[in-house]
Amino acid sequence: MLFRINPSSGVPIYLQLMEQVKHAIETGALQTGDQLPGIRPLSEEMVMNPNTVAKAYRELAHEGVIELRHGAGAFVAANARADRVADKLRAAQPLVAGTVDKLRARGLSEEEIRRLFEAELAAPRKGGRRA
Amino acid sequence: MHEPMAELIVETSELRKSYDGVEALRGLDLQLPAGSICGFLGKNGAGKTTTIKILLGLAHPTSGVARVFGSAIDASARQRIGFVSEEKDLYGYMTVDDMIRFTAAFFPRWRADLQQRYVRKFDLPLMRKVKELSRGTRTKLALLLAFCRGAELLIFDEPTSGLDPAMANDVLQAIIGHVANEAMTVFFSSHQIAEVDQIADRVVIIDRGRSIVAGTLDDLREKFCRIEIVFGGEAPAVTFRAPGVLRTKRMGRVISVFSNAGADDIAAEASALGAVSVDVMPVTLKEIFLESVSEEE
Repeated sequence: MLFRINPSSGVPIYLQLMEQVKHAIETGALQTGDQLPGIRPLSEEMVMNPNTVAKAYRELAHEGVIELRHGAGAFVAANARADRVADKLRAAQPLVAGTVDKLRARGLSEEEIRRLFEAELAAPRKGGRRA
Repeated sequence: MHEPMAELIVETSELRKSYDGVEALRGLDLQLPAGSICGFLGKNGAGKTTTIKILLGLAHPTSGVARVFGSAIDASARQRIGFVSEEKDLYGYMTVDDMIRFTAAFFPRWRADLQQRYVRKFDLPLMRKVKELSRGTRTKLALLLAFCRGAELLIFDEPTSGLDPAMANDVLQAIIGHVANEAMTVFFSSHQIAEVDQIADRVVIIDRGRSIVAGTLDDLREKFCRIEIVFGGEAPAVTFRAPGVLRTKRMGRVISVFSNAGADDIAAEASALGAVSVDVMPVTLKEIFLESVSEEE
């Protein structure tokens, strides 16, 4: 398993690691029941703080993406929540597709659409953002 | 902030140290919980070396309190601290083997098992004289000597200074590997912000003898941010009331705010002022460092 972390990006490292585990599951590089590398070997291999790896695993377990089996390690979760997440995403996908189609019809480029989405996601959550 | 409070391995409060009337430390507060790897950043002359000397019992504070393992820094506390200085303080005339035996004699809790493991892992030439070793190999020997004494607190002063990037990575990897396998707390000073970013989970930035930023790196990355606020016309000359505003720059239509308390309050204020766009950008540890430490006098 190969994860790549950029310590200088400003994004907390545990979040980067969480994203990469999720991505590996989406692409099928990691599949249900697969064992993730142990905290010690992974921190040593990637030269990153073991507490950071532990935090990422804890959060992933909390989200139901992986399962921590006592004494045995971390495994990609069998079904329940991961599937529900996938269902949730599938259900939302037409919304995004519709919006993207409308934006394209207005002549926005892919890059511009991506920037709009990213700006919206990066913006503070609570209302009153735009004047 | 609200993490469960682990045992504090290092704790100083209101620590002051003057040398001939010059204040090196001006009320330093430090808290280092067990099991953390804490990077200690500061410009030259900020007070890093003085702090480390006090923690090692090599200097005494003018006032204030410094404790390690919850008690005063005495001989028994010093047995539990491993230290690697920038100069690596080794005896050049000894062979590597002599140097290891010599050091082991001072430490009743010497870990012969680790000694064997690290001699092999670092590929140390036992019969070579220390003065003939490369800088990288000297550093590895110094690490072995610190690791094997059975210390629970490791203090490093610029552990990778003068090493090439590959060797520096080896050293960081050795430190991480050791910490992952032994219950260990690490306090290391460095000018290499990228390496603090990489292996630390906590950071303390010291400036003019005071701690000006301290906390877990995750917390700092979440709280510190830069907010770019764009207005339809010339940006108004305003002072943001939101807490955490460290620096504000105004250029034409744009106001750039550097905050240490997240972006929500500032973004709300900006909207109320009629901003047309508010972008929040994460900042790097390097930016946090540069924005926090004082300008040159």
